[in-house]
Amino acid sequence: MEERKEKKPLLPLLLAYGKIKRRELFRAVRRNRTPYLLMAPYCLLFILFYLLPVCISIGLGFTYFNVLEPPKFVGLQNYIDLFFADDIFLTAVKNTFVFAIITGPVGYFLALFIAWMINDIKNSKLRAFMTLLFYAPTISGQAYIIWKFIFSSDIYGIANGWLMKLGLTSQAILWFENDKYCMIICIVVVLWMSMGTGFLSFIAGLQNVDKSLYEAGYMDGVKNRFQELWYITLPAMKEQLMFGAVMTVTASFAIHDQIAALAGFPSVKYCVHTVVSHLVDYGSVRFEMGYASAIATLLFVVMIACNKLIQKFLGKVGS
Amino acid sequence: MSNIYFRHRKRAKASHSHAGDAVSFLFLAMLGVFMGLPIVLSVSNSLKPLEELFVFPPKFLVKNPTMDNFHDVFILMSQSWVPFTRYAFNTVFITIVGTIGHLLIASMCAYALAKHKCPGRNLIFGVIVTALMFSAQVTAIPNYLIMSKMGWLDSYVSLILPAIAKPLGLFLMKQFMEQVPDALLEAARIDGAGEVTTFFRVAMPQVKPAWLTLIIFCFQDLWNMQGSNYIYSEKLKTLSYALSQISAAGISRSGATAAVTVIMMVVPIVLFMLCQSNIIETMASSGIKE
Repeated sequence: MEERKEKKPLLPLLLAYGKIKRRELFRAVRRNRTPYLLMAPYCLLFILFYLLPVCISIGLGFTYFNVLEPPKFVGLQNYIDLFFADDIFLTAVKNTFVFAIITGPVGYFLALFIAWMINDIKNSKLRAFMTLLFYAPTISGQAYIIWKFIFSSDIYGIANGWLMKLGLTSQAILWFENDKYCMIICIVVVLWMSMGTGFLSFIAGLQNVDKSLYEAGYMDGVKNRFQELWYITLPAMKEQLMFGAVMTVTASFAIHDQIAALAGFPSVKYCVHTVVSHLVDYGSVRFEMGYASAIATLLFVVMIACNKLIQKFLGKVGS
Repeated sequence: MSNIYFRHRKRAKASHSHAGDAVSFLFLAMLGVFMGLPIVLSVSNSLKPLEELFVFPPKFLVKNPTMDNFHDVFILMSQSWVPFTRYAFNTVFITIVGTIGHLLIASMCAYALAKHKCPGRNLIFGVIVTALMFSAQVTAIPNYLIMSKMGWLDSYVSLILPAIAKPLGLFLMKQFMEQVPDALLEAARIDGAGEVTTFFRVAMPQVKPAWLTLIIFCFQDLWNMQGSNYIYSEKLKTLSYALSQISAAGISRSGATAAVTVIMMVVPIVLFMLCQSNIIETMASSGIKE
């Protein structure tokens, strides 16, 4: 109960402190001098490289800024342009949603499902190996380049070579130059790389579910493994599910590097151009920093909103 | 805090049928093949001589393995503008300083947040949890402007400092730190230890699995860091950047590219393998409360 009380949002907290005599707050801060000192170095760096940039981004979103001249205030012009004058941005939004909706939930549930199955393996060596196997694509740097070889547009690529050998196609298919295939392949690659930190958290969460809960559930009439998962396992690892959701949402809205390396940047007909691609295009290629900041701000707002929504939804697990 | 991960476990789940076990394992194995094949193919490609890389129909596995591709990488690197050892030194330097800095500074903050009830700590932690959702691209442009204002462009600092403040490390460390019993810290204080001594001598030795986790995650970031946004001087560029220049040459260096991919891939995978049980133990406390 004490924990609950402390979780007040900022404003009431400040108002509450306003009511208390200033000296008391001053005394509290003084008493905690050492912890504040311990926090200081991290907080300084954090403010400098994480908080301040977000604030700057929001501010620059209302300006025209090309780095050479000082920023010029243009009001909402950037946002108006984004939604009414920039067709490529709308394509990017559409692609980002396709990626986010497919790879987000699928990646998330796949990670959970795989973690759940790995947890059932009895041999601990095999379990460790399986964890490594699924996690490896995420940590192996630019290993995704290999998909360029698998779906290479010449006859030496694995996919084309085998299709031709089987007689299914008479000439090499230009996988990444065809907007129909390109999206599908990119989704597969993104899913291949989606067993990230959240996946590890699931594995750990599953292992720490209190074993006596399962026996109690069995007494209460839990019949099969799916009921067990829904009524016992998932509610017991709610916190890990939250963490995984945050990681997945962030990752699925930030898709760019992998697909830029595979499908080119910009991709054919902008078929896999995401909002982040658009951001990189304006920020690092055209140096229209004001416009790019507006994109970043939008992305940021949507990401936070999405996370809040999902956390609400996850609150209902097991009920 | 025993090692939960590799502890022998007894099967106690009565609700699991053997047929179900078999089906689920089969499914897992199929997915595993999908995940593993591209990795195997990467390794196999790096060992292929040139004539096997361009052959129709393409072969999945290498027939006459050779180290030629790795040799090529070595030769290409020795011909580069800046000696290869300089790139390697840059990466090693950035990685070591960044990782140690991250571990130390994030742990100090995590300790204060987890074990001291000072006003504002929930607010600070809430902001840091929200920052888990910031993707690097959102902060890239302002970060560049900040670096340039501070005069940190084109120096190691521009790569090291942001890595030190990574929110994920602090988050994991703080959650793990909460498990350290308060009585232990209290005992140290009664014995007359100051806060700093308590932190280094009592709290830190209790959270060794979290150390390793922070080190590995930080290492993974810095190892793959190209830093081409912030660094212009060739002699300050990282190994990852230098190697990516080799693959940028395209199809004529297919063999060398495959070798580079494997070199960059092996190190993080091996490190994770060695520290897996510690990382999983840390991740057990990674939950976000509602």
